[in-house]
Parts: sequence; C-alpha cells; structure tokens
Amino acid sequence: MTTTEPKRTERFEDNDQKPVGYGRMLRKEDPRFVRGKGRYVDDVQLPGMLHLAILRSPMAHARIVSVDTSAAEALPHVHAVVTGTMLADKGLAWMPTLSNDVQSVLATDKVRFQGQEVAFVVADDRYTARDALELIDVEYDPLDPVMDVRKALDEAAPVVRDEIEGKTDNHIFDWETGDAGATEKVFAKADVVVSEDIVYPRVHPAPMETCGAVADYDAVDGRLTLWSTTQAPHAHRTLYALVAGLPEHKIRIISPDIGGGFGGKVPIYPGYVCSIVASLVTGKPVKWMEDRSENLTSTGFARDYVMRGEIAATKEGKILAIRTHVLADHGAFNGVAAPVKYPAGFFGVFTGSYDLEAAYCSMSAVYTNKAPGGVAYACSFRITEAVYLVERMVSRLADELGVDQAQLRLDNFLRPDQFPYTTKTGWVYDSGNYEPTMRKAMEIAGYEQLRREQEQKRARGEIMGIGVSFFTEAVGAGPRKDMDILGLGMADGCELRVHPTGKAVVRLSVQTQGQGHETTFAQIVAEELGIPPADIDVVHGDTDQTPFGLGTYGSRSTPVSGAAAALVSRKVRDKAKLIASGMLEVSIADLEWEKGRFQVAGDPEQSVTIQDIAMRAHGAGDLPEGIEGGLEAQICYNPENLTYPHGAYICVVDIDPGTAHVTVRRFIAVDDCGTRINPMIIEGQVHGGLTDGVGMALMEMIAFDSDGNCLGGSLMDYLIPTALEVPDWETGYTVTPSPHHPIGAKGVGESATVGSPPAIVNAVIDALRPFGVHHADMPLTPSRVWEAMCGNPQPPI
Amino acid sequence: MQVPAALEYERASDVDHALNLLGRYGDTAKILAGGHSLLPMMKLRLATPEYLIDINDLHDELGYIRIDPTEARIGAMTRHRELLESDELGRMFPIFADAERVIADPVVRNRGTIGGSLCQADPSEDLSAVCTTLAASCVIRGPGGDRVVAMDEFHQGPYETAVGDDELLIELRIPVHPNGSSAYEKVERRAGDWAVVSAGAAVWLEDGVLSDARVGLAAVGPNTNGITAVSEACRGQAPSEELFARAGELAAQHCEPSTDQRGSADYKRHLAKELTVRTLRQAVRRIVERN
Ligand SMILES: Cc1cc2nc3c(=O)[nH]c(=O)nc-3n(C[C@H](O)[C@H](O)[C@H](O)COP(=O)(O)OP(=O)(O)OC[C@H]3O[C@@H](n4cnc5c(N)ncnc54)[C@H](O)[C@@H]3O)c2cc1C
Repeated sequence: MTTTEPKRTERFEDNDQKPVGYGRMLRKEDPRFVRGKGRYVDDVQLPGMLHLAILRSPMAHARIVSVDTSAAEALPHVHAVVTGTMLADKGLAWMPTLSNDVQSVLATDKVRFQGQEVAFVVADDRYTARDALELIDVEYDPLDPVMDVRKALDEAAPVVRDEIEGKTDNHIFDWETGDAGATEKVFAKADVVVSEDIVYPRVHPAPMETCGAVADYDAVDGRLTLWSTTQAPHAHRTLYALVAGLPEHKIRIISPDIGGGFGGKVPIYPGYVCSIVASLVTGKPVKWMEDRSENLTSTGFARDYVMRGEIAATKEGKILAIRTHVLADHGAFNGVAAPVKYPAGFFGVFTGSYDLEAAYCSMSAVYTNKAPGGVAYACSFRITEAVYLVERMVSRLADELGVDQAQLRLDNFLRPDQFPYTTKTGWVYDSGNYEPTMRKAMEIAGYEQLRREQEQKRARGEIMGIGVSFFTEAVGAGPRKDMDILGLGMADGCELRVHPTGKAVVRLSVQTQGQGHETTFAQIVAEELGIPPADIDVVHGDTDQTPFGLGTYGSRSTPVSGAAAALVSRKVRDKAKLIASGMLEVSIADLEWEKGRFQVAGDPEQSVTIQDIAMRAHGAGDLPEGIEGGLEAQICYNPENLTYPHGAYICVVDIDPGTAHVTVRRFIAVDDCGTRINPMIIEGQVHGGLTDGVGMALMEMIAFDSDGNCLGGSLMDYLIPTALEVPDWETGYTVTPSPHHPIGAKGVGESATVGSPPAIVNAVIDALRPFGVHHADMPLTPSRVWEAMCGNPQPPI
Repeated sequence: MQVPAALEYERASDVDHALNLLGRYGDTAKILAGGHSLLPMMKLRLATPEYLIDINDLHDELGYIRIDPTEARIGAMTRHRELLESDELGRMFPIFADAERVIADPVVRNRGTIGGSLCQADPSEDLSAVCTTLAASCVIRGPGGDRVVAMDEFHQGPYETAVGDDELLIELRIPVHPNGSSAYEKVERRAGDWAVVSAGAAVWLEDGVLSDARVGLAAVGPNTNGITAVSEACRGQAPSEELFARAGELAAQHCEPSTDQRGSADYKRHLAKELTVRTLRQAVRRIVERN
C-alpha cells in the first residue's frame, strides 16, 4: 500500500508539534549544538595529555632509504618519535583493513600514496609536535607511481604491493554478478543497444570534523579508553582487541559528538592506532587530531569507478537488459568497508527500478598509488555508483530512442504486484510502488510545462535542461546469514529501561553523526510506549554504556536499530501488560492498549498508565505471580532482509551559453522511505544529501597529477557547495512501508546523495542535446561543460 | 587544526612605526593586513615569517576612499566591505561593486583589504584586475619617502611586487576622466572560489566615440594584465557589437592561460573573449543609461 502526501503549508512552527510518537518535532540534540555545548573528540582535555602529529609522505611511490629522527628527538618538549621500523619490532607496523587486506600503520619498506603515514611525534603541545615533524629527515628513493587506473594492470606497471608474497601485478580481485550468457543472448536479439563510458570520479566525504582520537592507557589496571571519531564504536573495540591483543573488556571506546561521518569514519585509520601506541609508550593520554589537508588526502575517499555501461531495449522502448564492466580504483590498500561477501558493496543493485530480462556485471579492482578507502560519502555501499550507472544509461537510452526520460521510466518500472521482487542479480526488493512516486515528482515539477518552457527557450537560443532520476536503494545491512564485517554479524542490540517515575533511557549500538538519533529513537520508543520523547534519554557512542552492534553507516540505523528500538519497547510493553492485569485485577485478555495506557476492554475508565505501571514495577506493591520487579528489556535485532527505499528526482538546470556555467534552478525530490518517524529530520537528511549531489555533479573531485600529487588537499582546491549553489529544495513523499520491518520504516540517510547526481547530470545532458552531446562526466565544471558543448567532452581522469 | 610555525608578533601603531619595524626585521617580517591570504599560507607553512607586523590599527590612517575631480584615492587598509558599500565609489567606478560582490564571502570581505589583495599578487586576484583596468598607480612608502608605481610595474610575477622588504603600500590612485563607466565579470566554479577567469572593462565616451577603453583580465597570466591591444583597437571608435567582438578576439589572443583544475587553457581563452565582450557592453550601457 502506498500513501501520498497531504497538502501542508510550510511553516517553521509546524516542525514543533510535540508528538508523543511519530511526527514533526525539533531535534533534542540541537540546543546543545546551537549553544556551543557539543562535545567532540577535540574538546576532550585530560590532565597531562600529550599531542601527536604524523609525518606523511610527500611522494606517491618511493622506497624509504633511511629515517633520521635524532634532530626531532632533540627538540625540547618532544616525548617520543616513532617510525615504522619501531612499530615493526612490536608487530604493529601493519594492520588489517576491513576488506581482509593489510594496510601499513607507519610505512616501513616504501610509501604508496602521497599523504601516507611515515612517522609520528608526541610532544607537549600541538605546535611542538608539528615543528618536530620538519626535523625528521627521511631519504626517499622515488619510484614511478601508478596513477592511471586504466594502466594499472599493464604488464609494465610498477607493482604497488610488492611486499605481498608473489605479487607481480596490481590486481586485487575480479567479481561478477548476474548471468553473462543470458545477458549476451538478450543483447544479441535487442533492437537497440546503447553503450557509454562513464566515470564516477574519486570524491571525499570531507566532514566538518576531521578524524582524531584521544587514547588513555592506564598501565595499572591495563585499561584503554579511546575517544575517537568513529561511526562504529563497538566494531572498533573488537578489532582493536583482535589486532592489539588487548582484552576486549579492558577497552572502552567513546565516540562523543561526531561532526559528520558520511562513511569516512567507519575504517580504523593509522592515526587511531598511533595514538594508542603513543599512550602505551609514554604512559600519558595522547591526542591526535588530523588537520584538513590530512583528512582530504589520507582518509577514506569514495567512488573512483570507471564503468562501461550497456543497455538493451526493444525499439518500442521496453528495457531488456543492462550490462556493465567496472574498473575499480581501490588505492594503495584495499580498505573498503563493506560486508565481507560484498567486495563491490551493493553495486549489484545496478538493475535499478526496472523489470529486466537479464543483467550482468563484471568488475576488476586494482591497486594504485592513491589513498585507500572506497566506501564513503553516503554511498550505501556503492549503490551511489550503481544508481548513477543505471540512471545515466536509462536517460541515454531515452535520448537514443527519442522518447521522454520520465515516460521511459514509467513504461519500465517494476509493478507493485511484482513485490517482493527478486532482481536478475539476486536482490529481493521488499516493497515498492514506483509510479505514484514518479507522478508526484512530475506533478510538483509541472513536468509538462517545463518541457514547453524548454522548447520555447531553445527557440530563443537559451539552454535549459530537465533531468530525471529514479532510484531504488538497498539499505539496512544486514541479515547475519549474508552479512558480516570481519566476522562480526551486522545485527544491533538495544536496551530499554523505564525508571520508576515513567521516564526512560534507551541505549543504542548505533552512533549518530548528525542524523538526529537522539530524537528519532526517542520517538520510536515514544510511539510504542506512549511516553513523550522528552522523557526518553537516548544513550549511544560509548561501548561501556551500550549493547553491541555494528554502528551507523549505509543508512542502516533505522532499518536495524530502529527495529530493535521498536521491538525492545514492545517487550517492555508486554511486561507492563502483565503488571497492568494485576493492578486492574482483570485477565490479560481483557486488556486493551491505548497509547500510553492499558485499559479494560469495554470499560476505558478503568486504566493504568505506563507511568503507573513503572512505579508499581519498581515499588513495594504486589506483582502478579512469577513477575520480577523492574521494567526493562534488551534485544538484539537481526534483520530478515534489507529495506529498499525509492525516490523520484527531477532537476532543472540553466546553462549560460557564453560561459557554460550550470545553475541548478529547481530540484524536486520525492522520497519513499516507508513509515516516516520525524518528517522534519527526513527532510533535513534529504536536503543535505541533495546538496552533496550538487557538489559531486558540479564541482567535487579528488584529482592527482601524473606524479601522484593530490590536487585536492585543501578546501580551496576541493570545492564543497554553498547555499548559493543550491536551489530551494522542493520535497515530497509517498509511503510504502517495509513489510518485514516492525514499524515499516526504511532507511533514508543516503537516498538523496545516491539519487541526485544522475538527476543533475541528466539535466545537463538534456540541456546540451542541441549540441549533440550524449554524455559528459562529473564534475560538470564550466570548463568541462564548455568542452562538451564544443563537441569534445573529456573524461575527468 | 593546521598550525603555523612559531613567530613573534608586533602591532604597529602608525605608518612610521610599521616602517620602523620593517626596517629592523627586513625580510624576516611580514605585514599582516586582513590576514585572509597570509594566515592560510602560514597555516599551510607555505609562509613562515619570523615576525608578524600587524597593521590593523592603521585602519584609521589608511582606511579611506577620497574622490576628487581628477583622482580617486583609496587607502591600503580599506576593507573589501568598505569598497562594496561606498556609494560614491560605486557611482564613479561601478567595477568595484561588481567585483566585490564576487570576491569570497562576507567573512573574508569584512577583514580583507585592498592593500593586502594587491600585495598578495595572486594571478587570479580580483582587485588587482580592477586596478589594472582602471590604470591605477600604487603609492609605496619606505625609509626614503614615497614613490609612485604604475600597476604594470607593481606586479613582477606571481606573488611578487615592487614593494621592498622595508616598504609599505600606502595608497591606490585612480585617474578620473569625464563620462566614463566600468564593469566586472567573473566565472567561478563556486561562490567564493578564485576566478577561472575574470575581466574588467572601463570605457570613456566623447561625442559618441570611445575616447579610451581598457580591459584587465585575471587568471590568464602570471599577473592580472591589461590588454593594450584592446585599448588601441577601441580608441576613436563608436561602440558597437562588432567592436566588442573584435576586442574580445584581441583579449583572447593577448593572454597566456594555462590548464589547471579550474579549467583548460582553451576554455579560459574563450572566457577572456566572452567576458571582455560582456564587460565592455555593460560599461557602455551604463554610460548610456546614466545620460
Ligand atoms: C575563502 C577565501 C576566498 C577568497 N576569495 C577571493 C576571491 O574570490 N577573489 C579575490 O580576489 N580574493 C579572494 N580572497 C583573498 C582575499 O581577498 C584576501 O583578503 C586578500 O587577497 C588579501 O587581503 P588581506 O588584507 O587579507 O591581506 P593579508 O593576507 O593580510 O596579506 C597578504 C599579503 O600582502 C602583504 N601586505 C598586506 N598589506 C600590505 C601593505 N599595506 N603593504 C605591503 N604589504 C602588505 C602581506 O604581508 C601578505 O604578504 C579569498 C580569501 C579567502 C580566505
């Protein structure tokens, strides 16, 4: 069933409806942030704390001949200078990545990307630590770097990972999905086949807060406390235990307020490990906080897929099959953070929202002399790349067939009666009803009028384009039978305690980085128990305080932890019902739940509130036979499937004919994320994601020169959009609940980042049709658009 | 947090004091005006002055815009925001307001100064292009007194100026001729980004013909440059679309763009043409509309 949105007047007050459950309410965490009371890792101050700075490689590929630290050690206020060789003596020079590769903590043999960690200094203050870096003398013997991903597999290419026994090339893995033979057959009989080379350039999540940690090792009781910028505190604790050999119960990870993560704070970075080592070595708490350039050049990048897309269709416009080959640049170490069985993340959903006869993808992943990473920037484990590919190809097909982009999609959508639907690559879409969502976006946009306006403008020599994209995402990893990260199942725990006065505390394993968990999760519990959200405290981000779970990324919090929060509330409610039956002296069968109270069926006057029950549960009064006191419960939720949100996006651009500058004039986003808990927060997530999309489509890219220098090492070079580049977002929604999620909710955190780039690029290409342009790659900077207009579109790499 | 190297800091109380300090510390010192170019460079450790001489207290002395019938004078410490908000300057030289609207953002404009902008000598600096367009001259004060240097000689390559280690830029002087106007346009990848290319134009009309026309371009050479070929082609001609087009071609021919992340050399050359045409057209339109 799909519900569409009622008309609503946009007023700020509408956002503060003080719901006891779902609905618009201002975020509980915001007073802390707007009053400057947020507490981030860099705000942690401990007595005697020292500061750590990391020396990074200026070269992309070079052998380390020697490292002389004597001058740095001699600098007053320096406590320690540590090199890769010293770590190697402790067996800590290399650490596992989340993809069963290894990554060097500090380089020993050679450096493999510009910005790689070579040594660190611990000093009394940040300035001294930084000054001392300049006194470390490293002699490098430069090697040719592998910068062009297309040449990484050439016989003559230098070998990036020559430390791996027997490694003679830069190949990491090959991966395929779908049915090559069946797809080939469909392509062979198709009337129309279109293919295109499509690059999704390397971008960076660039969170406002860079990465950092404060490590405090207490040698007396062998306890390590680590404040760290992590989206997954529990997973990190287990990994530190496994890698460093510290007992897990002696490690406490605290992830305080996090200033944006976008997937960039999922991996364990060498800097975290260095801080721990530094605290072990000095016996003092040690803070490491990377600077902006370090963040941009060394932490988890995103995308970097070079794709060949092919689409087959009948001449009437029935899409038959999609096929792609991908060359994936993983950088110097395979540091992708994705479930183990999914080396290409969830790229397998590249079949999109369409009813296909066949699909096939083959992929090769390679090492290059660039920073490692690969799953970040709100990408839903590579769905960003998948959706971009299919949505570019569908618009490309529309172009070829001379049919309207929106109509071609409407004609090929999966029908509601096909759900649950198993795609040709084996994904089981839980629910979906695409046409109303698409129609709604077209209605808000005034699609027909826009097309007329475009026609008139074209006649006058003005350049206007309308781009459509439609996405289906797969979020909420994931069922433990299929999904784990380094052996840890992707289930999430949740614990709920109702205090005697009916206030409550809910403890989550997921970690907010701006998504508003402290509000949303309070609302989920509120909806189930009928307690106002203001009375529910949400605790997260501290492994000593919360149950185990894998953290927040891939839009998984509401699909997994949200389900856990609802189910744990129901468990509490079940117990409350037993107590209520005793209080009201009726049998359980005679009790009815009315939000916030149990009442006697047929006699609603006779009732007890959840607060009454809480007091009784903790009080001295009688409880029914066999019932323990207290009102609390714990759960670990293992999702049965992913959730599959969808959405229809329409973008309108104007292009200056003289300068080729693109202006996003309008953007319409209609999202369907199932049950909507706090619509204001959803809109916030969508607005942010759309802004990300404008960034990627028009300006963002981590570029390198042929020597391997990173050209995006500051926010002057790596552009992030401002309010001036984005239009007033026009949002709408439909509601198609997830059938297997206890409250029918799906994830929405990344939808807009996934769905918007193809809409914008499709709009630009649509605008440039009169110039004979069929494709141009992101970022569509004025220069690159002008080249396309001149008939010479260039790939960005 | 990006941290600069250690340094000594001194606050100058007037121009003489600043010159004294410069005399004492020579090339180990840097002047701190708005700080919006210098501080980022210090944080990246691209600049590591041992002494920083803060001249913000000289704003009273050096923050002014004075316009008389033959000359406009702008003090080196005049801030971007003051240039943007000056009605008098806007009437006489609308190019300033055009440019200031696309320089950085309000935070930068509240602090950054015209003196700092010119002394930074960045090839894509907008106010340098404005001053080039307007044939400004620069008053430099040193131990031996004042000297006046034309814009063409002021910039001596990227990040290099005629200002000596013991000297201070004091003032910009812009000649005022009757019946002129001006305009500025910039193409940027994003608001607040440095120019891909920008162009300024200034024109003067007498009896329906251009008595003079000047075009200054940013980001297409080692320094912002004035295109003398355009001036020669325009002088004595009646403004027309054909003339603007020819001026555009000349601007494209007389610049030296290079390919970088902001754009390809070909594109920049194209912009030099396009923006020259647009700014000339706009400057002429402004005179016509005023009359
Ligand atoms: C985010 C951002 C965006 C920006 N965008 C733009 C833009 O779009 N276009 C643009 O044109 N600029 C831009 N700028 C630069 C800005 O305009 C700077 O303020 C300006 O270039 C320098 O002025 P300042 O007063 O801050 O100089 P400072 O940074 O204080 O000094 C710059 C240099 O000039 C020297 N100096 C300063 N004053 C004098 C003097 N009187 N005599 C001798 N030497 C002196 C200093 O020693 C230093 O070497 C941007 C800056 C930032 C931070």
